[in-house]
Amino acid sequence: MTKHRLFWPAAVLVAMLLANLFFTPDFFAVHTKEGHLYGSLIDILHFGAPLILVSLGMTLVIATGGIDLSVGSTVAIAGALACLYISEASDPGSVSTVLVAVALALAVALVLGAVNGLLVSRIGVQPIVATLILMVAGRGVAQLITDGQIITITSDPYRLIGGGYWLTVPFSVLLAGAMVGLTLLLTRSTALGLLLESVGGNPVASRLVGIRAHRLTTLVYVASAVCAAVAGLMISSNVSAADGNNAGLWIELDAILAVVIGGTSLNGGRFSIGGTVLGALVIQTLSTTVYTIGIPPETTLVFKAAVVITVCLIQSPQFRAKATRRRTTAPGGQQPKPASADLKVGT
Amino acid sequence: MNTTLAAKLRGQVPLLVTSVLLVAMFSVGSVQYEGFFSGQVLLNLLIDNAFLLVVAVGMTFVILTGGIDLSVGAVVALSTMVSAWLVEKHHWPILVVIPLVLAIGTGLGWAMGWVVHTFEIQPFIVTLAGMFLARGLCYTISVESVSITDPSYTAMAQTRIPLPGGTFLSPSAVIAVLVAAAAFLVLHHTRFGRNVYALGGSEQSALLMGLPVARTRITVYAISGFCSALGGVLLTFYMLSGYGLHAVGLELDAIAAVVIGGTLLTGGSGYLVGTVLGVAVLGLIQTVISFQGTLSSWWTRIVIGALLFLFIVLQRLITARRPT
Repeated sequence: MTKHRLFWPAAVLVAMLLANLFFTPDFFAVHTKEGHLYGSLIDILHFGAPLILVSLGMTLVIATGGIDLSVGSTVAIAGALACLYISEASDPGSVSTVLVAVALALAVALVLGAVNGLLVSRIGVQPIVATLILMVAGRGVAQLITDGQIITITSDPYRLIGGGYWLTVPFSVLLAGAMVGLTLLLTRSTALGLLLESVGGNPVASRLVGIRAHRLTTLVYVASAVCAAVAGLMISSNVSAADGNNAGLWIELDAILAVVIGGTSLNGGRFSIGGTVLGALVIQTLSTTVYTIGIPPETTLVFKAAVVITVCLIQSPQFRAKATRRRTTAPGGQQPKPASADLKVGT
Repeated sequence: MNTTLAAKLRGQVPLLVTSVLLVAMFSVGSVQYEGFFSGQVLLNLLIDNAFLLVVAVGMTFVILTGGIDLSVGAVVALSTMVSAWLVEKHHWPILVVIPLVLAIGTGLGWAMGWVVHTFEIQPFIVTLAGMFLARGLCYTISVESVSITDPSYTAMAQTRIPLPGGTFLSPSAVIAVLVAAAAFLVLHHTRFGRNVYALGGSEQSALLMGLPVARTRITVYAISGFCSALGGVLLTFYMLSGYGLHAVGLELDAIAAVVIGGTLLTGGSGYLVGTVLGVAVLGLIQTVISFQGTLSSWWTRIVIGALLFLFIVLQRLITARRPT
């Protein structure tokens, strides 16, 4: 059973949830109030929904051997654009205004994702560098949109996206669930997932067997940007405000962490969407736990550092070899080089 | 087929572009704004960006080996925090605090390098963990900003070293220049420097040539850790405070400076002079924006992003070996 790829992330999640019982005995209690579900577990899902979405997009990018650092900026830009449109509209409360605002944010995300994707696939820039550009510039653009201010809005339909309830469950959880389901369907019930893994495993060989590697690579960056934009809408909707400076700050690191915890290799070539969702929930549970125990929330970073390094060590074949005391004569070329995710530059 | 010479000349192109850009920006600024064309404006570039220069120098070593160090900003913050805490709360003398801080930074860098090398984990993720750890440690010391009133620190902050022509430099700027000069010598005139380039060019070849790959790789991360800690010390002089939110995003500025300076992110090619020019370009962007007065600070980020884009595409055009 420990061999199953989802065993370790699931075990960590369960252990962390159980650890909470020591501090809050009614941690697992879920009750309904005014037709809405309340409870710590619901909170974790509710606040974790944006991270699940961003990590979902990130998983697809990492599956192709890339990485997307720009998601945090995309989160900020999407939220800023939607809030700016709604705040300037004559009727901020109408459904049509909100729909246009959402469409606007998603359309801009499509463009941003396409720029990232084309830089990586056509111009052949290393993914970490290509997306670094948008990560740096995107924050500036988001602040440009909001003019350095925090835009606050009052719009009930917009509030639904991140803060509202639907069928007693937070709407954001349903939305995130639907997008995860759709991605699972697209990647595992069609050949798309296999093709992505093939591109991540060896882009050159994939192209030689007739896979449109360039097009797929561009596609995953677009998907990542769209997921980030939806997450950005959720975050800004939950607080009914857009903050170009702080919205989605460091979410790219949390997302990468979630993907790694979920067992997806940073070298590309295989991915696990279920693992990513578990990973995102582990991170959200960690944050929630730190808050409920009463440790200063800033020190969460130390725990995250411990989690990252533990997970990476467990994934490292060298570490496992050392830990199990199986003396292996360090094979120079057998293990993938640390930078092999970047080796696809020359394609 | 004189490929080595051709490759060498190609490697110079980004450096040339950066120099031209720098001269152009300074000329445009001098024509456009009153009081821009002065020696002190140039020296202020150095004074205001001394810590960035030191950090970028360390980053150059890591990037030349094909790695990356995301922890630099956090190590800078940790250094300011430890300095401020020891000096203000425990009244340790400055001569004990600074070596201790430098040792912490070097040790942290060494540890990250060791993990990167021994377990073959991507530098990106290891230094990410280092970044979380260092920032988190800042907050375990204090969540608030700790300001420094110690006379030896304020003296370092306020000393002005007069230069001919009525201009002046700060001690931090002098330290930064010395660090850059020392790094230049190490990188271009020692065996270790050659090993760094060899490792960045091809790890396999370096290994087969019998070069000390393990030692080189671990040392570059230790150097980056040392430079970050020193940058933190300089930032402490500049800000006279320790704070966990100091130098947020500094790693991006340092990487941007190295890239704009023409160093290839795949490793193996680049010059330390380029990094110095890259830091100057970043500093000049901020100077121009502050002279302009009507532009908001976020334009800095947008311009840096645009420049990054330009230089990365340029790098690709130069290094494009075969058409896709």
